Amino acid sequence: MNSRFKHTDPIVVSMGPHHPSMHGVLRLVVVPQGENVIDCKPILGYLHRGMEKIAENRTIVQYLPYVTRWDYLATMFTEAVTVNAPEKLANIQIPERASYIRIIMLELSRVASHLLWLGPFLADIGAQTPFFYIFREREMIYDLFEAATGMRMMHNYFRIGGVAADLPYGWVDKCLDFCQYCLPKIYEYERLITRNPIFLKRVKGVGFISRQEAINWGLSGPCLRASGVQWDLRKIDHYECYDKIDWQIKWQTEGDSLARYLVRIDEMKESINIIQQALKLLPGGPYENLEGRRIAQEKGRMNWNSFNYQFVGKKSSPTVKLPRQEHYVRVEAPKGELGVFLIGDDSVFPWRFKIRPPGFANLQILPQLLKGMKLADIMTILGSIDIIMGEVDR
Amino acid sequence: MTNIIKISEKELAQFFNELKIITTFSESIWILAYTLTLVLVVTTGVLVIVWLERKISAGVQQRIGPEYAGPLGIIQSLADGIKLLLKEDIIPAGSNAWLFTIGPAIVVIPVFLTYLVIPFGQNIILANLNIGVFFWIAISSVVPLGLLMSGYGSNNKYSFLGGLRAAAQSISYEIPLALCVLSISLLSGSLSTVDIVEIQSKYGFLSWNVWRQPIGFIVFLISSLAECERLPFDLPEAEEELVAGYQTEYSGIKFALFYVGSYLNLLISSLFVTILYLGGWKSSIPFVENFIQNISINYGINESFDVLKPVLDIFTTLSKSYLFLFISILTRRTLPRVRIDQLLDLGWKFLLPIALGNLLLTASFQILSIN
Repeated sequence: MNSRFKHTDPIVVSMGPHHPSMHGVLRLVVVPQGENVIDCKPILGYLHRGMEKIAENRTIVQYLPYVTRWDYLATMFTEAVTVNAPEKLANIQIPERASYIRIIMLELSRVASHLLWLGPFLADIGAQTPFFYIFREREMIYDLFEAATGMRMMHNYFRIGGVAADLPYGWVDKCLDFCQYCLPKIYEYERLITRNPIFLKRVKGVGFISRQEAINWGLSGPCLRASGVQWDLRKIDHYECYDKIDWQIKWQTEGDSLARYLVRIDEMKESINIIQQALKLLPGGPYENLEGRRIAQEKGRMNWNSFNYQFVGKKSSPTVKLPRQEHYVRVEAPKGELGVFLIGDDSVFPWRFKIRPPGFANLQILPQLLKGMKLADIMTILGSIDIIMGEVDR
Repeated sequence: MTNIIKISEKELAQFFNELKIITTFSESIWILAYTLTLVLVVTTGVLVIVWLERKISAGVQQRIGPEYAGPLGIIQSLADGIKLLLKEDIIPAGSNAWLFTIGPAIVVIPVFLTYLVIPFGQNIILANLNIGVFFWIAISSVVPLGLLMSGYGSNNKYSFLGGLRAAAQSISYEIPLALCVLSISLLSGSLSTVDIVEIQSKYGFLSWNVWRQPIGFIVFLISSLAECERLPFDLPEAEEELVAGYQTEYSGIKFALFYVGSYLNLLISSLFVTILYLGGWKSSIPFVENFIQNISINYGINESFDVLKPVLDIFTTLSKSYLFLFISILTRRTLPRVRIDQLLDLGWKFLLPIALGNLLLTASFQILSIN
C-alpha cells in the first residue's frame, strides 16, 4: 500500500492571472502539499505595454500622459519622477511655490495610495467592510485633484519647471478641511483593525524579512522601513522642499506583515501632517490672496510677481532638447523607490528611458517569503508587500 | 328493520376499516400537507433572510443595498432565485456526474429535515419527536459527506481543496455543538424541543437557559457560526484564495441549492439558539399573557385568544431568532477570516475543552441540586 503512494507528483496550482483577489494580473504557480506551500513562482508580463520603448519616440510633454499608467494609484509620483529627470539633466530651476504645490500633491497621492492598499489588504484577509470605508476618503482626494488638475486619477499636472496650473480659488481651505476630516478617520481605522485578535493572528509573524535580507534583496519603501532600516529618500536626497517641513521617518523593527501595516498607517498620519504644514508655508498663500496682492502691488513690500511666487518657472517649449548626458533620479513613492535612468541624446526624444519600479524589486522576495507558509498566507504576504502590476510590467 | 340497517352500517364501516383505505389516504394527505408547509415556510424564510443580509450589510458599509426590485428591494432575492433557476445546468467534463449532481442535494436535504422538530408555539410543530434536538445533531452530520462529494466530483483542484477544508471544519465544530446541546438536555431532563422550552418558563425572563449556561451559550454561538460556514469561518468559500472552494464549478440550480442551504443553516441555528437558550416561544413578559387572557374571557371571545396566542408565539420566536441573525450578519461584515489551521485549533483545542468543562459543571450542579 505504501509503495503505491510514494511516487505521487505534487499538485501544481496556478493562481492564474485572472484572479478574484485584487492584485492585478499576477500569475503565481504554487506547489502546495496539503495546506503548506512548498514552492512558488511568480510569472509576470501580463500587463506589459512597452512603456520604455514608447518613451524613446515621445518628447517629455508628450510622454506625461503615459506615466500615470505605471502606478495608477499613486499617479503624482510617476509624473514627478518623469519631470524631475529632464529638470536635473538640464539644470532647470523650480520656483518655491511650485515646489510646495508639488509636495502637497505628492503627499495627497501618498495618502490615496496607502488607503487603496489598506482596503484590498483587509479584503484579502476577509474583512470586507474597510474596502468601502477607504473609498470615502479617496473620493474626497479625487475631488481635490479634480479641482486642481482637471482629472480624478490620471492628472497630467506636472511640467518641466513647475506645475501646469496654479491652485484654484478656495483649494487651500478645502484641503485643510480634508486634513482635519481625514486624521480622525485614520484613527478610526486603527481602532477597528489594529487590535482585532483575528487580524493579529493572521498577520503577526507572517512573512518575516530580516534587516540584512531586506537590504540584500534591494527592497525599498515600507518593506524596508518595517525591517528596521531608517531609509527614506525624502530625507536622504533632500529633494523639493521637504527639509523646510518638520516631519519624522516612520519605521518598525519586527519585519513581519504587521510591521508593514503599521508603517503604512503611520505614514498616512505623517503625510497629513506634512500637507498641513506645507499649506501654511505656501509662498503667497491661497491663490485668491496671491492674486489680490499682485493686483495691489504694495510698494516696498515683496515683489508678489517674482520668481518664487510663480507656479512654473520658465515655461519650456514642447521641443526642449535633452542634453547628451545620463543620470538617475528617484522619488520616495508609497511603494518604494521609483527611479528613472535617463540618457539624453541632444534631441527632443530621450535615447533610453529606463524605469526602476519599486514593485518589481519588492516582488522578488515573494517566493522566499512563501516557502513553508500556509495557502491562506499567500494573499496576506502579497498584500503586505503592496504590488501594483501596472508598474511591475510597464 | 332499523336494527338490520345499523348492523350492516357497522359491518360496512368495519369492512372499510379493515381495508385501511381511508386512513392511509388521509395519512398521506397529511404528510403531503406537512411537507408543503415545510418547504414553503422555509423558502419564504430564506428569501427574507437574503434580503435582510443585503440590507444590513449595506448599512454597515455605508451603501443602500437592493432598492429597485420591489419596494425597498424586497423582491430582489426572488429575482435572484428565478435567475439561478433559469440558468443552464453545466456538468464539467471529466467530473463524476453522479457525485457532482447528488452532492448539493446531500448538503441541503438534512437542513430541510431539521425544520421538522422546531416548535413555533405550544402545538405549532411538525413532529414532536422524543429525540428532538439530537435529531438535528445527527442529521447535520451527513452534511460533510455532501461537501466531500461536491469537492471531489468537480474535477478541479480548487474545489477539491475547498471540499476537504469544509469537511474538516464541519466535523471539528460538531463536537462542541453536541456537548452544548447535551448540557442543555441535562438541565431540561429531556431531548424534546417542546420540553426544553417548557422548562424555561418557570420564572419568566430569569429562567431562560442563557443565564444558567452562559459559557454554553457563547460556545454554541461560535460553533454554529462555524457550522454555517459564515465569516469569520468561511474559509471554504473564501473568494480571494480558492475562487469559491467546493462551489466553484456549480452554476444554476445546484449553486442555488448551496446558496439556499447556507441561509437555511443560518436560520436553523438561530431558531435553535432561541429554543435552547432564549426561551423559545415564551414571551416571558409576565403580564401580557394574563392580560390578553383576561380581556378575552371578560368579553367572552375565547376563540380570538386561541388565534392570537399562536400568532404571539410565532412572533416571539421570530424576533428572538432575528437577534442572532443580526449578530451573525454584523459579525460577517466586521471580522476578518480565520486561517484554516487557526480555525481547527480553535475548535479542538479551545472550544472542545471548554464545552467539556461546561458539561462537567452542569452535571455536578444537577447532582448537587438533586441531593
